[in-house]
Parts: sequence; structure tokens; C-alpha cells
Amino acid sequence: MANKELIVREEILGSNKKVAAEIRGKLEAAGVLVVNLLSSPGSGKTTLLERLVETLKPAHPLAVIEGDIETERDADRIRRKGVPAWQITTGGACHLEAKMVGRLLPEIPAETEFLFIENVGNLVCPAGYDLGESLRCVLLSAPEGDDKPKKYPKAFATADCLIITKSDLIPYLPFDLEKAGNEALDINPRLRIFITSALKGKGIADLARYFIESRVNMIQHQHHA
Amino acid sequence: MHELSIVSSLFEVLEEKARENRATKIVKVRLKLGKLTGVVPELLQTAFDTYKQGTIAAEACMEIEEVPLKLRCRGCAAEIEKEDYVLVCPSCRSTDLEILEGMDLVLDKIDLEV
Repeated sequence: MANKELIVREEILGSNKKVAAEIRGKLEAAGVLVVNLLSSPGSGKTTLLERLVETLKPAHPLAVIEGDIETERDADRIRRKGVPAWQITTGGACHLEAKMVGRLLPEIPAETEFLFIENVGNLVCPAGYDLGESLRCVLLSAPEGDDKPKKYPKAFATADCLIITKSDLIPYLPFDLEKAGNEALDINPRLRIFITSALKGKGIADLARYFIESRVNMIQHQHHA
Repeated sequence: MHELSIVSSLFEVLEEKARENRATKIVKVRLKLGKLTGVVPELLQTAFDTYKQGTIAAEACMEIEEVPLKLRCRGCAAEIEKEDYVLVCPSCRSTDLEILEGMDLVLDKIDLEV
């Protein structure tokens, strides 16, 4: 019997990253912009998605993957809007992983332009898992407080855009919109910021336009490459 | 919070390496943990000690080396070590930074009995 030191130097989540890169490659080539939505529970991901579906659906075929620990409730809400939706119930796991998304790829209709993935409500763990998205959006609802970016930096550092939700409540809360935005920009100066209220329909059209433009850029980049 | 699922990914790699090297036992596992990965070393240790029962690494110990975030500024070429997530170059205020180390969890070395 002998002892042997083996040098490995492999990233432990490397297999997730590899699967994510494959998903991104396949879907971008098929003209699908994948958006990963991250936030704490109750910040309004599903309600925002309902409004986005209403705005995008008439001209842009889309599909939705819903991640939760239990129940089909969120996928049911999206299906009621007439859009294909799949529920991933993790049975306790605090985040989605790329392989869970990968299993659903054969079911996504060919004409799909946008695939929204609503991650498990959690501002910590989902930040560490690439799902093959082209855009990562972090949501911060006004009632959560303007101090969240620096308390949960990884979610904000890895995102492309910050969506402030429930902005209609700001007049009733000690929520400083400028402070929240500046904290997030300190961590990630490249963040695009959108201020929305799903209840009042505010900011939804701007956000939809951002996704449409991002998809056009994605397709143009492919032609160049 | 997701330390157990990280450890389960770690064991996939460990078992593969043990098989490739025809090891009879894994004696020691050394990890490099980026300080800004959000993974908590103590929880990772607990998850490892729970998961290893009945595996080829049942008697293995784990060493975790914490690695700070290292960046290179594309503006002024300075190399920067950061303890926080404010990703701005302290010398020239550029935000165009290349990440060198400290964002990932890396399985560095394994000691095997073969």
C-alpha cells in the first residue's frame, strides 16, 4: 500500500458550469434568450412575470420554467395566461441547477423567443449556479429594504440587471430608491436598473423592451461570430 | 445553505478520481475556497463529515484554504486583493476588472492510498 498525492485543481461546480454552457449554446443558436430571475421569496417574481407575459406574448412566443420547493402553483398561474410553463419542484433544495433545466429542453417549442426561469426564492444560493442564462436579473422589492445589495452581494455582483419591484409602495416605506441603486452599483457598476410596479403596470414596457433588445443583440453577435 | 449539494458534487469528482487511480482509500482532501463564493467553511466541513460515511473517503480529513478575491485592473494593470464585493479599482477607479482567483471552490489536491 502506498500513499499518493494527486493534484486535481478542478472546480467543484465545474460540471454545473459545463451543462449551463451547453444549454446557453443550444438555446442562443435557436434564437432563445434565457432570463434567470433571482430574488428572495415574496419579492414579486411571479406577478412580474404575469405582466411581462401579457406585454410580450402578443408578438413574441415565450415559455416559463418555475422553480419552487413544493407545489405547481406558480406554473399554474403562468399557464392561465396561455403560455407553456413547467414547474420544477426541488423537494427542499434551495436553488435550481443547470441539469434540471437541461431535462426540459426537448419540450420547449421551436418558435420560442424568450425562456424565463424563475429561480427558487432565495437571495443566496441561486447566485452560485449558472443555469445557462443569457441574462440574470435580480429583483429587490421595496418592502425588503434598501440595504439588501451589500448584505447579499453575490446575487447583485453576478446579475446583469436589477429590477426594483412594488415601487408603488415606496411612498409608505422608509425605502430610499437612490440608496438602493447606489449600493447595487457599488457592487456591480454595469447593472441596468429598472423600477417597476406590477400592480400599476409601471416600468413593465421598459423591461420588455430591454429583453427584446437584448435578444436582437444576442442574434447579431452570433452572426458576427 | 447549499453546502450539502456542493459536497455531493465534490464526491462525484472524488469517486471518479479514486476509480481512475485505483485507490483503496482517500486520506485527505484539500480545497481552495474563494472568500466571496458565499460558501461557509464550517458548514462545508460538517456536510463533508456527514456525507463521507460509508464512502471511500470515510476516514478522510478535509483542509480548506480560504483564498481572497484577486483581480487585475484592465485600466492600469494593478493587481488587487479584495475582501468585499465593491468591484472598483482603488488606484484608477476603473470597473473593468479581470477576476484572477477567489470566485470559485476548487478541489486542489487529494491524498490517496493506492
